[in-house]
Amino acid sequence: MGDSADAGSLELETTAPAQPGVAANPVVKAEVSGLSFYYGSFRGLKDISLSVHSNRVTALIGPSGCGKSTFLRCFNRIHDLYPGNRYEGSIRLHPDNVNILTKEVDPIDVRMRIGMVFQKPSPFPTTIFENVAYGLRLRGLAPRSAVADKVEQSLRAAALWDEVKDRLGGLASNLSGGQQQRLCIARALAADPELLLFDEPTSALDPIATASIEELITVLKDTVTILIVTHNMQQAARCSDYTAFLYMGELVEFGETDQIFIRPGKKETEDYITGRFG
Amino acid sequence: MSNGEHLSKQYDHELEALRARILHMGGLVESQLQSAIESYEKPDEKLAQHVMDGDRLVNEQEVELDRVVVNMIVRRQPTAGDLRLIIGVARTVTELERIGDEATKIARAAKWLFDKQRNLRSPRLRDIHTSALAAGKMLRGALDAFARLDAAAAAAIIEEDRGVDQQFQAILRQLITFMMEDPRTISPSLDAVWVAKAIERIGDHAKNIAEHVIFVAQGADVRHASPEEIARAVSQE
Repeated sequence: MGDSADAGSLELETTAPAQPGVAANPVVKAEVSGLSFYYGSFRGLKDISLSVHSNRVTALIGPSGCGKSTFLRCFNRIHDLYPGNRYEGSIRLHPDNVNILTKEVDPIDVRMRIGMVFQKPSPFPTTIFENVAYGLRLRGLAPRSAVADKVEQSLRAAALWDEVKDRLGGLASNLSGGQQQRLCIARALAADPELLLFDEPTSALDPIATASIEELITVLKDTVTILIVTHNMQQAARCSDYTAFLYMGELVEFGETDQIFIRPGKKETEDYITGRFG
Repeated sequence: MSNGEHLSKQYDHELEALRARILHMGGLVESQLQSAIESYEKPDEKLAQHVMDGDRLVNEQEVELDRVVVNMIVRRQPTAGDLRLIIGVARTVTELERIGDEATKIARAAKWLFDKQRNLRSPRLRDIHTSALAAGKMLRGALDAFARLDAAAAAAIIEEDRGVDQQFQAILRQLITFMMEDPRTISPSLDAVWVAKAIERIGDHAKNIAEHVIFVAQGADVRHASPEEIARAVSQE
């Protein structure tokens, strides 16, 4: 079974054999170790350790309630907004090796480095231009031309520029669902994030809008590291380099996407991705 | 966490039907091979004709199974073990169809022998019989291994192919001797060479099926692998 002995272990070998689109020695962008998360007394995540590789797409899959969104939200400290939530373990962001879960680290600083795109497109109730410019101004970027340049650059990166360049002053809410979602991606990109989190970014979109977002994800990984939660197994297979399977708050298996989808090391993974789960 | 069945019962039925179908096609090809060898050894013109006609059924099964495979990929987007089974079936179908073609070649040689009444001079080679038995045994074993998804049994069959190849070389040497001693045996000897070659090819196809079984069972691609690599792939559960 080839590498399946490795497949069982949750630590991915950094010297994994070269695969199409996957470099032999990926650089680690974020190191999750011994991460547990508590909603009050409920332990939503149990001792999770894995490496998020730089300029790669890592997909998180698992049934509803398995903790994949909880895991994703740890990365930008959204959980801090609610009392009683508690983290254990660490998420170390490289290259500076800072544990983003400690109280000493300001969540706002974390969110500057780590952007998030949600399931439902969530544009601000203002113009297309302002949606992207808002964060820039918040960061203190004042000169009008600098803001405009950055807005254009972000919209181009999100593959939306050509569709909206003539109506930047129009309301964002008038865009189609797929366009709104790309606007949210542009908004996230404007902050030059190192890591982008996607929480089921296409579940509210039609197949064509979905395909354009997936294409965008593939392009974006040249510049950012991406973590994506998806219920669509084929989407994970299509656009991720690594896949993590979570079940009941535990990381069951983590490995290269090809390996997980062709010869998973754990029976639970096989049962889930082949639809035998029940 | 699961009882091994899909949430979709229909998908389970389809996979089960696919397995049953490939084994059914295997049974058909096996009987084509047996009849072809029998028709050559006797020779029996009617039986040879029966085999030649029967190849149409094998071809129909190939087309039908391919259609089912494409259909399942489109509709189910199989992954992991299901994907490997479906790919394994698709590859095995091709091997079986080619074994069917080789059986037809043997039957054609038998018919020709009979037509020309040249059976009197035809070299009656014990070794052809032996190698036909060995290739037939390989095919049966490969299909059994497929039915049980038994990688260890499949690995043993891959080993057997070497014996069938050596027998072919031995037959060739004998026939060359015949032809040198008596040029009148050249024509029937060449027929025997085609038959022996067809049997040797059947061994190769059976070996390929065994390799597909290891892929389905273990996820390891052992085509072109050394015996040590195959042993390692099979021992890693």
